[in-house]
Amino acid sequence: MSERVGVYVCHCGTNIAGVINVEEVARWASEQPNVAIARDYKFMCSSLGQDLIEADIEQFGLTHVVVAACSPNMHEKTFRAACERAGLNPFLFEMANIRELNSWTTKDDQAATHKAKAQIMGAIQRVIHHQPLELIPVQINPSTLVLGGGIAGITAALELANGGYHVYLVEREPSIGGHMAQWDKTFPTLDCAACILTPRMVEVGQHPNITLLTYSEVEAVEGSLGNFRVTIRKKARYVNEELCTGCAICEEKCPKKVVDDVFEAGLSKRKVIYRPFPQAVPKYPVIDVANCTYFQRGKCKACQILCPANAIDFEQQDQILQVEVGNVILATGYETFDPHRIPQYGYGRLANVFTSVEFERMVNASGPTAGKILLRDQPVEPKSVAIIHCVGSRDKNFNEYCSRVCCMYSLKFAHLVRERLPDAEVYNFYIDIRAAGKRYEEFYHRVMDEGAHFIRGRVAEVTDVARTLEEEGKLVVQVYDTLFGAQRRIPVDMVILSVGMEARHDARQVAQLFGLGCDASNFFTERHPKLDPVLTTAEGIFIAGGCQGPMAIPETVAQAAAAAARVISYIGKGTIMMEPIKAHIDAARCSGCRICNNLCPYKAIVYHEDQKVSEVVAPLCQGCGTCVAACPSAAISGAHYTHQQLAAQIEGLLWDARLPELAGVEGD
Amino acid sequence: MIGGEQKFKLAMYWAASCGGCEISVLNIGERLLEVDAFFDIVFWPVAFDFKYSDLRAYPDGYIDLCLFNGAIVNSENEEIAHLLRQKSKLMVAFGSCASAGGIPALANLTTPSAIFQTVYLNNPSIDNPDQTLPEPTYPVQEGELHIPTFYPTVKKLEQVVEIDYVIPGCPPEADQIWQVLQSVISILQNGMPLPPKGAVLGATDTAVCKECVLEKHEKQIARFYRPYEIVPEPGLCLLEQGLLCLGPATRGGCGALCPKVGIGCRGCYGPLDGVEDQGARILAALSSVISAGDPKDEEQEIERKIDAAIDTLIDPAGTFYRFGMAGSLLIRARNGGSR
Repeated sequence: MSERVGVYVCHCGTNIAGVINVEEVARWASEQPNVAIARDYKFMCSSLGQDLIEADIEQFGLTHVVVAACSPNMHEKTFRAACERAGLNPFLFEMANIRELNSWTTKDDQAATHKAKAQIMGAIQRVIHHQPLELIPVQINPSTLVLGGGIAGITAALELANGGYHVYLVEREPSIGGHMAQWDKTFPTLDCAACILTPRMVEVGQHPNITLLTYSEVEAVEGSLGNFRVTIRKKARYVNEELCTGCAICEEKCPKKVVDDVFEAGLSKRKVIYRPFPQAVPKYPVIDVANCTYFQRGKCKACQILCPANAIDFEQQDQILQVEVGNVILATGYETFDPHRIPQYGYGRLANVFTSVEFERMVNASGPTAGKILLRDQPVEPKSVAIIHCVGSRDKNFNEYCSRVCCMYSLKFAHLVRERLPDAEVYNFYIDIRAAGKRYEEFYHRVMDEGAHFIRGRVAEVTDVARTLEEEGKLVVQVYDTLFGAQRRIPVDMVILSVGMEARHDARQVAQLFGLGCDASNFFTERHPKLDPVLTTAEGIFIAGGCQGPMAIPETVAQAAAAAARVISYIGKGTIMMEPIKAHIDAARCSGCRICNNLCPYKAIVYHEDQKVSEVVAPLCQGCGTCVAACPSAAISGAHYTHQQLAAQIEGLLWDARLPELAGVEGD
Repeated sequence: MIGGEQKFKLAMYWAASCGGCEISVLNIGERLLEVDAFFDIVFWPVAFDFKYSDLRAYPDGYIDLCLFNGAIVNSENEEIAHLLRQKSKLMVAFGSCASAGGIPALANLTTPSAIFQTVYLNNPSIDNPDQTLPEPTYPVQEGELHIPTFYPTVKKLEQVVEIDYVIPGCPPEADQIWQVLQSVISILQNGMPLPPKGAVLGATDTAVCKECVLEKHEKQIARFYRPYEIVPEPGLCLLEQGLLCLGPATRGGCGALCPKVGIGCRGCYGPLDGVEDQGARILAALSSVISAGDPKDEEQEIERKIDAAIDTLIDPAGTFYRFGMAGSLLIRARNGGSR
C-alpha cells in the first residue's frame, strides 16, 4: 500500500448526517485499501475542518485527500486550498458529493449510507490516479465587449470606460437607448426617462474609451476568459459616417413614409432614411433598404441629391470587424409579451385596446400624439380607462413568472391618466399588487389616493358586445372580482394591456454563440442565483439587465455596474490563473484521422497538414472532454479526467456490484 | 549456422481458428528456410505429424517460442493452451482470434444452444432427423467416446493462460511476422533483453490512418453505405464518404491494405494502447461526427437526422466487435442473445 489517502466525511450539520450514517461511513472508509485515515466531522468547510486535513497531511504523510461533503461547485476550492497550505498539490484531492447527489435526494438512510460508501470508494480509487497539476497563468485583455446598448449596456460601458478601460459597445438597432428611450416617466419618482437617459447616451457617443458599433451584430466568438476574439458584422447604413453631420435634411426630404413598428410601436410613421428618434446616438441615419424606393425600384435618390455633406453611399457594404477582448458583458435586454396570443383580450381586433408600450409612446410628450391620450379609432380622449395587469405573466398558459415591473408601471399609467385627464375613471385589474421596492408601496398609496379604482381578479375577457344600454359603444371588461366575490362587467373607453417581459426571441442563439446557459424561459442563467448573479456558466461572460430575467431600471443599472466591477477586478489582476484541466494530443500517437477536428466547441483544435497530426491549442481549450471521448486512438487525454481516473472511479462506484459469472450465464 | 542440437524450439498451434494464420506464416516464403535453420519445429499440427503425447513428453519450458492462434471455444483448446504454456518460454497470442477472440467470439452475442440449433438442426444443408446434438461423452460397444466440451463463452488466449506477447491481425501480415521472427532470432542469438511482457509485436503504435494514403478532411457523416452501394471516390478517406472504416480506432502495421483498395478497415489489428474496448471507441468516434445538422435546429429534427444516419449502420455489434468481442465491455449476451 504505497498511497496514503485521507478520507473526510462531512456531517454538514444535519444536511448529510440527518440521513447518512456518517460515523459508520468513516469507520468503513478507514478499513479500505490505500486509506491511511478516515474521519467524520460536523462541518468540514469550517476552518477547524480544514485544519484537520492540514494536520493529517503533515502527521500521516497523506499523499491524497478525499472529502465527502457537498457539491465541488461549493467547496472544491476550499479543500484544494487546505491541501495546498499543507504542501500537497491541490489536484491530489477529490470530492465525493454525498449531499446534493445523495442525502438531499432521499429519506432512506440505509440506501443513502450505502450509496455514500460507493461514492467514496469511487473517489478513493480515482484520487490515487490523480497527478499533481499546476495552474496556468492567462493574461487578461483589458478591453471589454458590451453587447446591447440599452440602459444596462450603457451603464456597464460607462463604468468600464470611466475606469480607464476600452469598451466595444455593440447594438443591433441604429441607435443606443434601448427600451428606456421609449418610456415617458419612470416609477416611482416620475422623472422623465429621456431626461435621465440621454445624457448618458451622449456620454457614450463621445467617450474616448468607447468604440460604439450600432446597427451591428456579433457573428462569432472564439477564445475564453482573458482572450476572446469576436467577429462583428457592421451592417451597411448607406450613410458615410465620416461625412454625415447629422443635419437630418435627408430624413426631412425623403419622400416615403412607413409605419414605425419599433420605436413608435406602430403608432406613427417614420421616413425610409431615418434615425429612430431625434436624440439618437450616434446621430447618423440608416436607410431601410426593404422600403427604399431607390433600392427597390432604382429611382429617387432624393437623400443623396439633397445631402449637403455628400454622405449618402448606396454602394456601402456590410463590414466584418474582428475585435479582441478579455471579457464580455451581455446586456441584450428583453422583449414585451405579444398580446395577440391572448385573443380574448381583443388586441388587434378591438381598436381601443392598447399595449403598455403603445401607451408609453402616447403619453410621451415627444410621442405620436405629443403626449395626448387619445383613442385609436377617433381622436377623442377616453372618459374611462382599464389597465389590465399580468398580461402574459403569472399565467401557466404563457409565462408562469411575475414580470415584476408591470404593477408599478400600471400604477404609473393610472397616475398619468389622472394627471392628463382628471375627470377620467381609471380601473386597475390586478391579481396582487407587487410594490416591493424603495418607495414603491408609497407610490401605490398615492395612486389610490388620487382616486384610481382597483379591482382584484384576472380579467376573463374584453369585449365590445354590449349587454346593457350603458355598455353600448364601450369596451367591456369582464372580471370575477375576488374581493367582491362576484362577476363584474366594467364598461370603459380604453383598455391598456400591461404586457410582461420575455426573453429575446433569439436569446438561445446568443447563448449558444457565447457558450452559456438559458433557463426554461430562455433568460440567461447566472452562475449562482444569489451569490453570483452577473457571471454566467461561461468564464468571462457576464450578464446584466432584462436578459437575465424581468427587472426594473434600478436593478438593471445595479447589475450592469456589478458586471463592470467584476470585469474591472479581472482586468486589475492582469493575469489570472486558469485550471490546468485541458486536453492534450500526444502527437506520437495521433494518426491524423481528423475525427476530432470539427468537434471542439471552442475551436481549439488545429490540424497540421505538414505533419498530419492534430493539436489542441491549450489557451483555447476549456477542458470539456468532447475530443477526449471521441479520439478513436486514445491519443487525446484530458488532464484530471484521464481514462484511467474515470475507469477507476467507475470501478470504485461499483465496488460491491456482483460481476456476472462468465461461465454461468448460459441463456435461453 | 547453429548445429541441430543447439537450435531453438518453435511451436505453433491452432485452437478455434480458420487456418489463415498458418497460411500467413507460410507466406513468408523462402524465408522459412532461415526459420528452419534457426529453429527446430517441435509441434505444429497443421504442418507436421505431432501428437499431443509428444507435447506432453517435452520437459517444461522446452519450447522457446510458441505461436498460438485461434480462440478458446472448447475444453480441448483450453487444455492445449495450458499445456503449451507449461512447455513454452514465450507464449505469443498470434492473430486476432488468440489475441482478441476474433470471429469465433462473435458467438458471445448469442448462446451455445442457439448456435447448436443453427448448426445441427435448422440449417437447410443439414439432414438430422434424429435431432442428434454433440455430447461430450457417448457410450459405444468398445467403451466411452469423449469429444471436447463446447464452452458457453468464447475467450481469448489471455483469459485462459498468461501470455508474453501479442501479434495481432486477421491474419498477421507476412512481412510483420518475418520482422518479429527476425528480431526474436537476433534477441535469442545475442542474449539481448526481450521486449516488455505484454507488448504488441509486429504492429505500430498509431492507427491505420497514419499509414493510409487516402486524403483526410474534417468529417460529417450523414449516412453510411455498404460497400456494394457506392463506388468510392478514389484518393479520398472512405469514412468521409460514408463507408464504414475502423481505421481510426485500429492499430496500424498492416500498411492500410484494405482502405488502399477501397474497402474499409475491419479492425483486425485491434485497439491502440490505452483503449479498453475497440468497439466502444469507434462508436464514440463515429457518433461524434454524425452530421446532425445545425445545433440551432429543432431538437426533433436533429434526432431525426441522427436516427436516419444510425439506421444505415447495419449490424453494429458484428461490425464494431468483429474481432474484439471476447475482451469487450459487453462481455456476452446474457438472455438468449440474438435470435
